[in-house]
Amino acid sequence: MTRARTLFDKIWEAHVVEVQGDGTCVLYIDRHLVHEVTSPQAFEGLRLAGRGVRRPEATLAVADHNVPTTDRSRGIADTESRIQVDTLAANCAEFGIRYFSMDDLRQGIVHIIGPEQGFTQPGTTIVCGDSHTSTHGAFGALAFGVGTSEVEHVLATQTLLQKPAKNMLVAIDGALPFGVGAKDLVLAIIGAIGTAGGTGHVIEYAGEAIRALSMEGRMTVCNMSIEAGARAGLIAPDETTFAYIKGRPMAPTGAAWDAAVADWRTLPSDPGAVYDSEVRLDAAAIAPQVTWGTSPQDVVAITGAVPVPADVADEGRRRAMLRSLDYMGLRAGTPMREVAVDRVFIGSCTNGRIEDLREAAAVARGRKVAANVGAMVVPGSGLVKQMAEAEGLDRIFREAGFEWREPGCSMCLAMNADRLEPGERCASTSNRNFEGRQGRGGRTHLMSPAMAAAAAVTGRLTDVRELGAG
Amino acid sequence: MDPFTKLTGVVAPLPMINVDTDMIIPKQFLKTIQRSGLGSSLFFEMRYGDDGAEKADFVLNRPAYRGAQILVAGENFGCGSSREHAPWALLDFGIRCIIAPSFADIFFNNCFKNGILPVVLPRAEVDALMAIAERGGETLSVDLERQEIACPDGTTIPFDVDPFRKACLLGGLDEIGLTLQKATAIDAFEQEHRTRHPWLFA
Repeated sequence: MTRARTLFDKIWEAHVVEVQGDGTCVLYIDRHLVHEVTSPQAFEGLRLAGRGVRRPEATLAVADHNVPTTDRSRGIADTESRIQVDTLAANCAEFGIRYFSMDDLRQGIVHIIGPEQGFTQPGTTIVCGDSHTSTHGAFGALAFGVGTSEVEHVLATQTLLQKPAKNMLVAIDGALPFGVGAKDLVLAIIGAIGTAGGTGHVIEYAGEAIRALSMEGRMTVCNMSIEAGARAGLIAPDETTFAYIKGRPMAPTGAAWDAAVADWRTLPSDPGAVYDSEVRLDAAAIAPQVTWGTSPQDVVAITGAVPVPADVADEGRRRAMLRSLDYMGLRAGTPMREVAVDRVFIGSCTNGRIEDLREAAAVARGRKVAANVGAMVVPGSGLVKQMAEAEGLDRIFREAGFEWREPGCSMCLAMNADRLEPGERCASTSNRNFEGRQGRGGRTHLMSPAMAAAAAVTGRLTDVRELGAG
Repeated sequence: MDPFTKLTGVVAPLPMINVDTDMIIPKQFLKTIQRSGLGSSLFFEMRYGDDGAEKADFVLNRPAYRGAQILVAGENFGCGSSREHAPWALLDFGIRCIIAPSFADIFFNNCFKNGILPVVLPRAEVDALMAIAERGGETLSVDLERQEIACPDGTTIPFDVDPFRKACLLGGLDEIGLTLQKATAIDAFEQEHRTRHPWLFA
């Protein structure tokens, strides 16, 4: 009888080209996504060594971090940003790689467009010079972020040198309560296991609450696996996955589709598969989550309060909390619902998909953004924007006083012109609340799209369950 | 990549947990299309004030640590993004070795690609090295071949390192060159992979 294997084991074993003496594997990479920030030095490395790209057709490139989210008709104003985007376009032309330019309707955040185009498929290995590559694990693909040296390695060889990760199972039993979604779920998971809780592991998310999520919700969960320190997140593919992929531009068709689905059905972990560690959470116990500090693990329910550092025994942790509270301008014990915000950002590879915008629009509908709050919605791709406009979501947001922008990474990391001013406090649907992440001195509270929209209309952190639909 | 064999250098303390890659090198410096020149922006927000002047109390601005080549830090060093700009900035500043109880995976991996040795030690040993670093201007000797760190009092602390990564660091090896030597194996794998998953090659 063969060994019961996890989803991770199956994908890993199907991609090992060779095992070296010390256990390091040459791992075959099926799909490679490239953006402008982490690739220029990789292409330059190829040129300097006189090397080519092994399989240009296995790579898809797009500019997302540096692109303006306002009018693009006159290009990019910032010189360095423009050079970086132009460099990507030139490199793609030189090496024969598919590239979606800033003016292409299909342009968007790299982790939004991969799934949207059907480029992301179950059972594959996917890498990108970007830590949020874990997003694609929602499809049952082994997807992880790599550095620029490894981007170059994949371009040249279509492989990486890796050792297998450990398996972690995060099982979410039961159903999420009303008003609680995928973002709340993943923030609660990170709060439970910590920002280094998944280090060295690939997390497989399972259980009733995960199975009930849409693909958008599953992507939100897998996206933030890296915020728990995990190499990747995985969710077993099922009918929800297949229905999402079917008919997308790069998805298989006809007999190839049938063959692919038959193969994908063999991927879920075998009964009795053993994990190196297991965590179980009860979905029913999860409330809407917000972060209070400068690490994604600094999270509490909206009904809670800023924690008290003196209650923490570990000195390193206590010192980090004090530093966070000072940076965030918060006092221990303050109820989260009393925290006023200046800005609201809805978007990013975590929450820039159509379902996220629908969720936020349902709260914004018929309401107005509070005075003194600046709120913006940045769709994750041109196609998300187009779909949202077809549904009239842009009108709902605009009438409520939100800015409706062009697609890109935007204020998730503030590499373009969208950023917080020092001291400004932001309700954000992005993934990192690190010091300075959204702009020097900016203060980030991570939350779901519905919660961010609720904060926009009340001007403070708000329990969306009390607000109800507009 | 410069080989890493034995390093004797000043050790600087950074007693913080979860030092993230945005702290190591913030996004405004990621617009470069080169690898070099990031050292002056290392730890930018902690190192410089709003007026651009150095903050006198930040460790790497203090006279004893300006030439530091070894950093001792808290748990989960390098968490956050995959930006290789983080090790590039450390290297450009002159840091060749980082010692911590734990590292984030991608950062840890990126270090080896750039001739930087990340060393994982138990918390108690990191605390002891932190105390030495805090004395100011002390040097450690990190011997990769022997896998040990020599302290100023002559005691040594052994450390683990992955054998393949060790060989690459010692030899300053070009990993892509090594993998390209396996082209025949990759070709054969790819052929079989294509047979099993033709839709991935359509």
